[in-house]
This record gives sequence, structure tokens and C-alpha cells, in this order.
Amino acid sequence: MPKLPIYLDNNATTPTDPRVLDVMLPYYTEKFGNASSRHHAYGWTAEDAVDLAREQASALIGASPDELIFTSGATESVNTALKGVFETYRPKGNHLITVASEHPCVLDTCRHIEKAGGRVTYLPVGSNGLINLQELRAAITAETLLVSVMYANNETGVIQPIRAIGEICREKGVIFHTDATQAVGKVPVNVIEEGIGLLSFSAHKLYGPKGAGGLYIRRKDPRVRLKPLLEGGGHEKGLRSGTLNVPGIVGFGKACEIAALQMEQDAKKLSALRDKLEKALLEIPGTALNGSAPDGPEDYRLPHVSNIRFDGLKGDLLMSAMPDLAISSGSACTSASPEPSHVLLAMGLSEEEARSSLRFSLGRFTDPADIDAAIGICRQAVERLRREGAH
Amino acid sequence: MKVYLDNAATTPIDPSVLQVMYEVMESTYGNPSSIHAHGREARSLIERARKKIANLLNTSPSELFFTSGGTEAHNAALWGSIAAYKPEQVITSPIEHHAVLHTLEALKGEGMIRLRYVQVDGQGRVDLDHLGQLLQLHDKGKSLVSLMHANNEIGTLLDLDATAAICREHKALFHCDTVQTVGHYPHDLERSGMHFMACAAHKLHGPKGVGFLYVNHRVRIPAFLHGGAQERNMRGGTENVYGIVGMAKALEIAVLNMEEHRKHIQGLKSYLIGRLQETIPGVRFNGPLEPEESLYTVLNVSFPPTEMAEMLLFNLDINGISASGGSACSSGSNIGSHVLTAIGADPDRPAVRFSFSKFTTREEIDYTVEKLGEFAFQCNFNKI
Repeated sequence: MPKLPIYLDNNATTPTDPRVLDVMLPYYTEKFGNASSRHHAYGWTAEDAVDLAREQASALIGASPDELIFTSGATESVNTALKGVFETYRPKGNHLITVASEHPCVLDTCRHIEKAGGRVTYLPVGSNGLINLQELRAAITAETLLVSVMYANNETGVIQPIRAIGEICREKGVIFHTDATQAVGKVPVNVIEEGIGLLSFSAHKLYGPKGAGGLYIRRKDPRVRLKPLLEGGGHEKGLRSGTLNVPGIVGFGKACEIAALQMEQDAKKLSALRDKLEKALLEIPGTALNGSAPDGPEDYRLPHVSNIRFDGLKGDLLMSAMPDLAISSGSACTSASPEPSHVLLAMGLSEEEARSSLRFSLGRFTDPADIDAAIGICRQAVERLRREGAH
Repeated sequence: MKVYLDNAATTPIDPSVLQVMYEVMESTYGNPSSIHAHGREARSLIERARKKIANLLNTSPSELFFTSGGTEAHNAALWGSIAAYKPEQVITSPIEHHAVLHTLEALKGEGMIRLRYVQVDGQGRVDLDHLGQLLQLHDKGKSLVSLMHANNEIGTLLDLDATAAICREHKALFHCDTVQTVGHYPHDLERSGMHFMACAAHKLHGPKGVGFLYVNHRVRIPAFLHGGAQERNMRGGTENVYGIVGMAKALEIAVLNMEEHRKHIQGLKSYLIGRLQETIPGVRFNGPLEPEESLYTVLNVSFPPTEMAEMLLFNLDINGISASGGSACSSGSNIGSHVLTAIGADPDRPAVRFSFSKFTTREEIDYTVEKLGEFAFQCNFNKI
């Protein structure tokens, strides 16, 4: 029997890889310096470590190190990117385009920008979770400053046609931001090839520590300029002030390095396990997959995520009937809210259908025994609840 | 010998802080917003930490908001209070940390505030009469005051009670940069009269990347980072769980042993002052020396003019002594210290900031004085 509860909520956060933790520790103890201290070895050692991490993290997304700033996480990166573009380019226009199924941090930031005088278009998605490129093209006007489309959805794992979006944005001369928090380290991401101008990501979704993240800011062709969100000592070339979280950044870099090395291997293992789980769960009567696109290309979904609907059952009730499974009924950031998933509603599900859906997200440390046990637990719980007539 | 005397820049983590963090990193990896067991465990760690910090500072957990550090806390307090209360003027001093100064200058640049600077004297002491005069320029309740409790470069302490009383009299909002004093001085937030105050854990033997903002329950400001519902909708973003746990532990250690640490560190500082006065001809100090007016962890030493000034910190470094020539935040910019400029310090006199911690020893001070003495001899300080 595997260790209980079985953790299948890796899209909420991942355990820190022991190799990551190992390289972080010295930066808490003997190498504790402030990376901005320019007068002594403690400072230089910390700065060197940050430089290495910047190389590791930028390499994972095909950027050069001077195009990456470190932040406290993806939420700060997204806030910096969206508000920064809006403030900097405001003389040019006030229009932003995003998608109805984005993560709350993008949607909340957009709502804030609307209050500050911005205009935001929320593109719909189809039942497969994808945006329509024709609609995107039509939504872009002379006033449009930025298009923000998440790389892969946190609830369904659906991957948007990033390269095509990048091409449209380039052609129309608007900045393309992508919240790639769930994609980086899981699938190949390349900011140059995919025409990305700004990219937000975080360490704790790729087996790194919480409290560290990155924002890619394109430096040329075309250069993206940003007003900083955090003012102060002028760290990160004036784009993000505040003493650098050196151990967190070191761990972030290492996590990116490991991801680059074993992404393919992880993806292969996880897609096999995920497919096994998915197939078994879909064999239960009255279940369906959310975000499937049977006629889409094979790689349209993250390899480790499955969002499944259990008709006639409330997801929350089902979850509480399976205390040995750590899964979720939406994004972690909205777990506490009783609202049905805005992502699934955007895909055309009814409120009842959305409420009956659960997200399973596997991770590097998921093993076959976990999946076998999860299938059994889930099958039993569904059968029991249905037998008891619980709705 | 390796001697770290740059504790105002950052402090080494306390081993027992790292211990509790390590345990969390290894075993409690849930997202605190998740409702399953992993998530609930992480959530309860965060709320226990919040309660612990609230108890140590005599405030309510509902008045504490975790951030990524001091800079974010300052930005959130200043930006948020200005957006919510639209003060007619903001008063600060020319010797604030850049996290406050640059934020206010940016807000001024965008035409959002009228910024006024209260005068400071040659020791960095805020002229409280002038503060009162500035506050009288506008109606009551129309001003925001942002002043630091202790200056990070020269150690000058603000009379917090007197400042809070003046702000209260004029119904001004009062934000205090307490980054250098949390865990080093007692803070009774319920009675302090501050509306906002900020903490960075790494200044008190806690981890980098985490801090908090105190917001008095009588004021309400909008969220600074938009995103999830974390921190009661005030600060989106997955919480830095182990960082928060580490910060609470660090503050607990600091508060419970404060008197002992203060005595130890103040003793070393007084000892260093005496030793320098007898060893280095023409030595002076920037900022006041009296313990009641000066942060006990910081001593800013002003050396006689010498052509070898550039060599001073380099010389210390090759002897294994880490100190700073100004605040670490601005030391990379090579523009000199805005604090020393503002108090009218002689630009020809090289300044070194020595900052101490509970881990600093008398032997380290002796060694530092010995090396400074050798340098002074090379420079012929006594011939000047």
C-alpha cells in the first residue's frame, strides 16, 4: 500500500525535489550573504549563485539570462507584467485581451486594470478548452496593448496554440504575455520560437520551493518595457526591488536544470500513468473527460493532468468520501470558494456538471502503486455514493 | 579569521529556524489553499505562525499580512494607503530606505502625491517640530507620514511615541519602516499608534523572501498583488509556507531573548567605539552614539580623509572582514550614500558601516580593530 493520502494535486503545488533542497541549504547557512552586498565575499558568493540560477532558469525557456527577473512567484510576475505593460504603454492604448478560463491571478489583475481605466476583452473557449484564433485576431484593435493567454490550463491541462498566438501578436504588433506556470518544466517551452514577449512562471510548480518565481521580459525584437511593480533598492535592474531570496532562487534554478534534463522522461512516465488512471476512471459509468479534443493533435494537453466529471455526484462530496486521495475540485486558489469552476463553465459545462468534476494532477514522485490505489479508492467511493443515492 | 559585520544587510539564519523550516520543506508540501489533508496541514502552519507573531507583537492575527519581504510590505502600505485615502500630502525624510523613498518618488512622478520632506539634523534625527509644521499645512486627516524607526546606515532611532502622538494629533496616517528594529526592540502594536509597519525576516536571523505588513484594523487598503483569495484577499499568490514558519520562529527567538542579545550587542558596540577612539587618530562616527538614540546593531564609522579611501573596504575584505560602505541596497549603484549626503557628512571622509548580531564576538571586534589599526598606520592617519 502506498503512503496515504496519495498526493495527486501536483498542479496546486509540488513537493520539493530532494536534490533541490540539497543545493538550497548552504545558502541558508554558511553562504547567507545579501546578493546586493558589493563589498565582501558573502555578497559575491550570493550574487554568483543568483547568476547561475538565472542561467538555469532562462535556459529552460530558451531565453537569455538578462531577460529574466526573479520574483516571489507567478502571481507577482503576472501582476508585474500586466500592470507594467498597462502603465508603460498607456499613451498607445488601453485595451487588453485575455481568456475567460485564465488563472484567477490574471483575471483579478485584469479586473483591477479595468477599474484603473483599462478595457479588457475576455475571449471565450470552446468545449475543448481552446480559444478560437479567428476570434483573437478579430479582437485586436489599434488600442490593444497586450494579449495574455495561459500556456496550459491549471484545471484541465489544455495547452493553447501558443505558437500561433505568438505569430498573430507579432503580426499585429501587440505584446504577448503567457502565464506558463503549469507548463514550464512539464512540456518544452521556447520564448523565441513561440513569439512570447512576457512569460510568468514559478518554482513550486516544478519541484522547487515556494516563494520564488520568474518573469521573462523580451529584450529585443521587439523589446518589451515595463514599469516596476515593486520600487526600492533597484534590484533586478530596477525592475523588481527587494532583497533577493537567494536560497529560493538557487532552488528555483536547480529545479529548472533538473526539469530540462528529465522533462521528456517524466512526461513519458506520467502520461502513461495518467492514461491508465483516466482510462480506468472513464470506465466507471456516467463519467466523462473535461477538456478532451478527440480530433486535436496528441500533445494538446499536459501529460500529467486529468479532469473528470462524475455525473450526478457533487465533486466536494466525492472528495470528502476519499480522504486518502489529495485531489482538487478546481484551482487551489479558489478551493475555498463555493463557486463552480469558472474554467469548466467557460467550456460550456452546466453548473451541475462543473460541480461534479475533479482534477487529478500527477507528479514526478507519483508511482504506479499510487495510481492503482487511486483507481480503487475512486471506484469504490463512486459506487458507494451512487448506491447510497447521494447527490 | 572570517568576521561578518554586515548584519544590517542580512543576518545568518538561526540554526533552530532552519530546523523548523527544513521539517516543513521535507514533509508539508501542500498548497495551503487546497482543502485536502496536505493543504490543511500547510494552512494550519501558516495560521499558527500568524498567531505566534501576533502574540509576540501584541496585535491581532487579522492585522498581519504575509509578503515576500520588507520592500513588498512598504510598496503595499504606501501604494495602498495613497489609493484608499488620497492624502493631500505625504511626508517622509530624506534618509529613508530606498524601498520607501523610491516608491514615494515614483508615486510623485506619476502625479499621485505631493511629497514633502521633514528636516533631519547632522545626526539623522528627525525634526519633530518641523513635522508638526508640515502637518499643519493641510487639514486634519489629509496627510500620510512615512518615517523609519531606525536608520539602516547610521542607526539613528526615531522617537516612535512622540512621532505617533504628533500624527494622532493631526489625524495623519503613520507608516513606519521597522525593518531594522523588529525582533531587536520591543513592539507593542496595539499601543504604538502606527497604522502600518513592515518586517523582513532575514534581518532577524530568519529566511530571505518573506516578511509581513501590519495594517491596523482601523484602516483598510486595497490588495497589492491581485490573484487568489490568499491573505484574506489582500495578497494573491501561493504562500511561502516554510518561509512564514521560519519567520515566526525567528521572531520568537528574538523576542524571548531580546534583553540578553541587546546587552551583548550593545556591549560590543560600546567596546568597538572605545577601541576605535584609542586606536584610530581622527576617527569620528556618523549618527548618534547614545544608546537611547542609536540602533545598537549599527555603528557607522567615519575615517579621516585619505587617498587610500577606496582601499578601506577592500582591505577589510582581504582580511576576512565583511562590512559595508553604505546600505547594501544602494552599494551597487556607486552613487554614494543618500543618507550620508542628507546629514551633511564630509564626502572626503570614507565611511564604513559595521553591523552586529547575537553571533558577533569580542574576539571578532578585537581582530577588526587590529586590522583597521594596521590600515590607519599605512595611511598615516596620525600625520594628517
